Amino acid sequence: MDVSINGPRIYFTIPILGGIDITETIINSFIVIILVAVICKILTHKMEKVPRKTTQKIAEIIVKTIDNLVVSTMGKNNIGFTPYILTLFCASIFGSLISLVGLRSVTADINTTLTWALMTFFLIHGFGVRKKGISYFKGFIQPYALLLPLNLISEIATPISLTFRHFGNIVSGMIISTLVYAGLASASAAIFNIGIPFLQAGIPAVLSLYFDLFAGAMQAFIFCMLTMVFVSNAASEE
Amino acid sequence: MERAIILAASAIGAGLAMIAGIGPGIGQGFAAGKAAEAVGRQPEAKGSIMSTMFVGCAVAESTGIYSLVIAIILLFINPLIKLL
Repeated sequence: MDVSINGPRIYFTIPILGGIDITETIINSFIVIILVAVICKILTHKMEKVPRKTTQKIAEIIVKTIDNLVVSTMGKNNIGFTPYILTLFCASIFGSLISLVGLRSVTADINTTLTWALMTFFLIHGFGVRKKGISYFKGFIQPYALLLPLNLISEIATPISLTFRHFGNIVSGMIISTLVYAGLASASAAIFNIGIPFLQAGIPAVLSLYFDLFAGAMQAFIFCMLTMVFVSNAASEE
Repeated sequence: MERAIILAASAIGAGLAMIAGIGPGIGQGFAAGKAAEAVGRQPEAKGSIMSTMFVGCAVAESTGIYSLVIAIILLFINPLIKLL
């Protein structure tokens, strides 16, 4: 049984600045970018003020749904967040769902989820400072000054937990799928004695329904919800 | 010899780390029970109750995921061997 569960494969290295590795994650991210751009272009082609084409109606339904979500979570005056939240949601869900066509999930690399979590971190503190000025940092000493280390630790724990929640769910799905494929290959070799793994057709599809579709969609939704909740908490604590 | 001890200890550590899987099991089961109770009390709000339950379950799962990441790192990356 030869299972190999590795990190993303490095395709080549650009020899500037100490060597930038072009990994599978970067190539697959560009594929996701092109896919999302093509879908957006198809959905918004030849838009009219009163929609008649079905693609424009689908685009308006998507934007309206995310608008309602943002307004219900963050309040009416934060509706400007919708483009960022929808972009994050699309990046996350398409990044996880490309594992259905055989590519390695973009979000199975901790660099991806760590980047998004750090963006959330800077958004939280940026909006807090913008809303309350420099006295935002006095919020760390409320209610007791002795709680400052605990408050700092809980602020640092936020991006770490966001990263590991998303990364851990997707990677554990990838590992379990790899193990199930390897197990079915040895099971077919033991039962049928031919090199063709018959049992690999069909059974992993049921598992992939949970691990790829459900977990990918859930984690994208949860990441966006938590981003919205944290930013609205930091920007509106009274 | 030391390599064998480190590999064995990594395996035992990975197994002990996964004891933390009890937490999300109990927590999410409790959340699902409360959600079922709420749906029984007001069946019209089923969609909103289910969304809230899913959000709560995904947040409660994160400590289980932390222990899974530690176990995966110990089993597949063997970081402690490099410290030999």
